[in-house]
Amino acid sequence: MATFSMPASLPAGLDLGERRRRRQALSGLVVLAILLVLPLGIGDVYVRNILILTLMYTALSQAWNILGGYCGQISLGHALYFGIGAYVSTLLFTKFGVPPMLGMVAAGFVAALIALVVSWPCFRLSGHYYAIATIVIAEIVYLLFLNWDWVGGALGINVPFRGESWVSFQFRTAKLPYYYAFLGLAAVLWLASYWIENSKWGFYWRAVKDNPIAAQSLGVRLFRSKMVAAAASAFFTGIGGSFYAQFVAYIDPDSMMNAQLSILICLPAVLGGIGTLWGPAVGAAVLIPLTEVTRSYIGGSGSGTDLILYGVLIMAVATLKPEGLTGLFRIDGRIKPAAAPATGPSGSTHAA
Amino acid sequence: MTAETLAQVVVSGLLTGMIYALIAAGLSLIFGLMDVVNFAHGEFLMTAMYATFVLYITLSIDPLFLLPMVAVFLFAIGVVVYRVLIVRALSVKVNSGMVQIFATFGLGIFLRGIAQFVFSPDFKSLRGTMLSDKTVSVLGVFMPLPQLAASLVCVVAFIGLWLLTTKTHFGRALEATREDSEAVALIGVDRHFIFAMGWGIGAATVGVAGVMLSTFYYISPGVGVTFALIAYVVVALGGFGSLPGALVAGLAIGLVEALTTLLIPPSLKQVGVFGLYLLVLFVRPRGLFGNL
Repeated sequence: MATFSMPASLPAGLDLGERRRRRQALSGLVVLAILLVLPLGIGDVYVRNILILTLMYTALSQAWNILGGYCGQISLGHALYFGIGAYVSTLLFTKFGVPPMLGMVAAGFVAALIALVVSWPCFRLSGHYYAIATIVIAEIVYLLFLNWDWVGGALGINVPFRGESWVSFQFRTAKLPYYYAFLGLAAVLWLASYWIENSKWGFYWRAVKDNPIAAQSLGVRLFRSKMVAAAASAFFTGIGGSFYAQFVAYIDPDSMMNAQLSILICLPAVLGGIGTLWGPAVGAAVLIPLTEVTRSYIGGSGSGTDLILYGVLIMAVATLKPEGLTGLFRIDGRIKPAAAPATGPSGSTHAA
Repeated sequence: MTAETLAQVVVSGLLTGMIYALIAAGLSLIFGLMDVVNFAHGEFLMTAMYATFVLYITLSIDPLFLLPMVAVFLFAIGVVVYRVLIVRALSVKVNSGMVQIFATFGLGIFLRGIAQFVFSPDFKSLRGTMLSDKTVSVLGVFMPLPQLAASLVCVVAFIGLWLLTTKTHFGRALEATREDSEAVALIGVDRHFIFAMGWGIGAATVGVAGVMLSTFYYISPGVGVTFALIAYVVVALGGFGSLPGALVAGLAIGLVEALTTLLIPPSLKQVGVFGLYLLVLFVRPRGLFGNL
């Protein structure tokens, strides 16, 4: 029986990948359509704010996921690129009058450039050695910005208001444009991840992550692959930072570069499923509302409840469900792709 | 700059360096034993400092006499963390690289949250201890008594650790397990027991450092973060798993930190230390004493 079902299921198995891609594209479209109309039905400022933050962390975590998830290089210092992005667009705006719409492109490129410089020595290290180096470098830059008067030092910079427009990316009365901006960024990153999963780079990166030596023997250039992942990841993180700077209209090293932010950037991906398409979005959709609600019910951010929540979630997911929450629902099915009996054309279900 | 100022700076740098060395020793021990980096190491230090604080306030016993109690408490924490968390993290098959980092990273965040919840983010400090506000002068160089006592305790702890790991039967079992944890199982050594002991001893070591540190340093939920970063730098510099490496690198880091304050503003003193770390990364990725 088993020998007969083998050749029959083989083309179906190949077909499965294509079918899964189509299903993912469809689910992406449905989610996007829902998110496009969602805020129109919600007038509450508090809820809208949570939605904006959720989309922002979705985007940031998707960006982190390119390097940490697909390529397997765990960075615990991504706040560095976020902060650089925020500072570049803000400084260009306040010191040179460059509109933030242009400034955020520059922010992305500067962040990517810094990622390349920083990664040059760091990619000689692997695993936890690499993770420690990213923390230390983020800390150095944080300390430098804290003591650098030209960029505002510890006092930070107020982003001056120059009238509501998309060019200056400033909106005082309605926060809705920021919602759509972050939605756009998250959607672009989702598309990028969708493309990566089936592209040459995606295969390189996963090979680098799973078995660097085997990957190298098959002609994958390790160092170059990692550098490309680092630059792409930092580029989008930097753009996210410049968006956020315009959203809050005030930046300082503590809110833009601190270590807590680095945790919040990687946490959604870890929670939802590291190296998966929907992982960061699912993780952010669970984590951010949960954090905000606990914060407002149990007390301010000083009470430590948010830290306890993060800590427990990280430990639980890491030890009990390392493939992340998406593994619970098999949304991605990358880990166990064979478990899809319903997709067989006929009668294949009772083979299991 | 006079010779006296320089001597003063060098001495205070070495005193700080001894504390750094002992904090790093615990981290290095665990890493050397099982190739796991404890990202909650700073929070172990923080826990020891709060334990000292609570015991000092409630029992009014001087921190010096609290040393054994806090060390035992931290030993227990280390063993429990290994048995409950680390064993599970090591047995995970999917995403194992990520899990090894995030299991202890999550533990660190959790402990920091608990400390903030129980003690609030406010800074605390121990007042009126036996050592408080006293200084000793040797050949014109002033040394605050708490720092001096801390250094002496660290020296004793280092000697103890060294004897334990090189001169005892347990030390040999530790060394054998580090070499080949599969093989020792064949000759009747329970490697989980050895690993748990390693975590216990590593945590107790940082516990001793925490007690002494709390006699002259403020206590806050985030206090461990800075010290942990320096400990990683010390371990990276001295070589992961090397005890003499931790000692030499700890003293060197203390010295560099003290000397940089002569050149750049004190708020930037860590930049010098971290810069040194990056330099070492370039030259010797496995540290000065690390074996490749």
